[in-house]
Amino acid sequence: MASKRKPKLAVWKFASCDGCQLSLLDCEDELLSLVDAIEIAYFPEASRAMVKGPYDLSLVEGSITTPHDAERIHRIRRASKTLVTIGACATAGGIQALRNFKDVKEFVSIVYATPAYIETLNKSTPIADHVFVDFELRGCPINKSQLLEVISALLHGRKPNTPPHSVCIECKRRGVVCVMVAHGTPCLGPVTHAGCNALCPSYHRGCYGCFGPMETPNTNSLSAWWSRLGVGEADLVRVFRGFNAYAEPFRKESEAHEV
Amino acid sequence: MKSKTIKVDYLARVEGEGSLMIKLKGDQVVDVKLKIFEPPRFFEAFLRGRHYSEAPDITARICGICPIAYQMSAVHAMEHACGVVIDGPLRALRRLIYCGEWIESHTLHIYMLHAPDFLGYADVMQMAKDYPDHVRRGLQLKKIGNEIVRLIGGREIHPINVRVGGFYRVPTKHDLAPLAEQLKWAREAALETVRWTAQFPFPEFDADYEFVALRHPDEYPLNQGRLVSNKGLDVAVEEFDQHFVEHHVAYSNALHSTLKERGAYLVGPLARYNINFDKLSPIAQQAAREAGLGPSCRNPFRSIIVRSVETLYACDEALRLIEAYQMPDQPAVAIEPRAATGYGCTEAPRGILYHRYRLDDQGTILDAKIVPPTSQNQKMIEQDLWRLVPELMSFSDEKITWQCEQAIRNYDPCISCATHFLKLHIERE
Ligand code: SF4
Ligand code: SF4
Repeated sequence: MASKRKPKLAVWKFASCDGCQLSLLDCEDELLSLVDAIEIAYFPEASRAMVKGPYDLSLVEGSITTPHDAERIHRIRRASKTLVTIGACATAGGIQALRNFKDVKEFVSIVYATPAYIETLNKSTPIADHVFVDFELRGCPINKSQLLEVISALLHGRKPNTPPHSVCIECKRRGVVCVMVAHGTPCLGPVTHAGCNALCPSYHRGCYGCFGPMETPNTNSLSAWWSRLGVGEADLVRVFRGFNAYAEPFRKESEAHEV
Repeated sequence: MKSKTIKVDYLARVEGEGSLMIKLKGDQVVDVKLKIFEPPRFFEAFLRGRHYSEAPDITARICGICPIAYQMSAVHAMEHACGVVIDGPLRALRRLIYCGEWIESHTLHIYMLHAPDFLGYADVMQMAKDYPDHVRRGLQLKKIGNEIVRLIGGREIHPINVRVGGFYRVPTKHDLAPLAEQLKWAREAALETVRWTAQFPFPEFDADYEFVALRHPDEYPLNQGRLVSNKGLDVAVEEFDQHFVEHHVAYSNALHSTLKERGAYLVGPLARYNINFDKLSPIAQQAAREAGLGPSCRNPFRSIIVRSVETLYACDEALRLIEAYQMPDQPAVAIEPRAATGYGCTEAPRGILYHRYRLDDQGTILDAKIVPPTSQNQKMIEQDLWRLVPELMSFSDEKITWQCEQAIRNYDPCISCATHFLKLHIERE
């Protein structure tokens, strides 16, 4: 009997640092068994070979920032059965979405001698603003065990198990002492999506929100707590404008403190 | 006369997006363009107005493959601005986490990105079918590099524990002990890697490069040193802007950097090795000699051996640092921001990475300049191709393309870095 065809995986890149796709190559222990189970059909960071689509699973890293990329993502969607975005860039516009609060022309001229050479959109937007996305994996960078969970779940036709609660819950589960209550350190943990296993608090620092907003976060109440710890309005704007600045709850909260 | 164009639309096995265009007229190369079309991300623009303490976390996001390098250059520049010098065990810990990044990044490049070129495979996955033990060794070695970064930094990509002044939490001597055991294995594996890569087939190819690297009186350079070249450059990091200049070319989203006096120059493992061979540990020097390298190596294809020698050095150095480690009393020293300009330059796996920040007295960043290694090497990559292509004329287009790609990968270019976008110095006479 002919063996079953291996599912085809493709990895695509838009504006990003490559960190999220690198997570795949950082799966040192799992990489070889992964390539036994799936065909890596398109992954230019790792391979010269480029197998034609359609692809069973496309992982998309990075945000849309150029007219060319705004078209390219539609072609990728058409060639993909399932499309998953990986990381804060692809799910929220990433750190480069900081341009969305400013005049991008000014940004270009700060950086370039000849702005006319540069083609760029005014805004850096997440993939879901352009095409239908089957699943979004959070984090800047993503957590590699969550990535493996998503790949294996989707290839087996089940829902990935990536809990939507906050970093706060992860602290409680791990028994990490609350940095805000015990040390008065401002922390975004109460409004940030789980996935890192409460990394920063376990290193005695406050969360800076790299996994983006959790489901229905109460950012307003958290800002009030931060204010009580002595954090000023301008600092609150900066805090919510990090790696997930354009995710709606964080964007709105930052705008609420703008003077 | 017959003319033709060789195009590689998407360079594989490099970080980020780039393409290559070479125009030939008969046997003559008439144009070479390494195009970087990675979209701009404007880091230098949005760093303005951020707090100095945010720079290590933000600039790490320029590149997922060498975040420690960005964090190290950022903390050194900020401490320079604030008049603080970090010494003792905190400095040693920084060196240790940087060794982790070198091991991880170099091994990724050697085994997964570059070795397949020499052995004729499209990727490491295919290579693993014929070289399973080698690939497993590479993955294990890379993992140990990552484990150093994870133990000190919290995670391997964009570590959270690095801060201006030191760290948020420092490990105990006991925490580091298991790493020492693994590093003993890693040092052997790295030695095997040097021996393995030394047997690859290398084209005869060398040139009179200008190498630029840091040089430190006591150690192989990682975090500190003077900017030194083999052609007479010897200046402090603060003088970078007086000697190096960036150009904005129409076909690339990454700026080209040159030495004002002489033009293109080369940074990275080959440059560090040529400038600092005498500072390598005995075991690394010995391995280099056995691999047929002298104290100087000018064949960029052999950079894969040099990278292996540096990996061996990094394992050896990490082991030394762990054995000598004493836990510091405080995880960080206090920082008082002041209105000043700070300069920092460290040796990223791919070469010198320069940061400059101007701060106000509240510690707010007024402007930033970042020059990553790949933008410094771009011009040299193009020059290599100008020289290489005429020698390949008798081969098929496919072979020429493969060799050109391989020549680019000699530099381990990180295109995401090069297009974080550099601020330009415009010179008007
Ligand atoms: S989300 Fe973060 S880690 Fe992932 S690609 Fe974007 S900047 Fe890099
Ligand atoms: S604690 Fe917050 S900032 Fe730190 S890794 Fe987790 S989500 Fe990211």
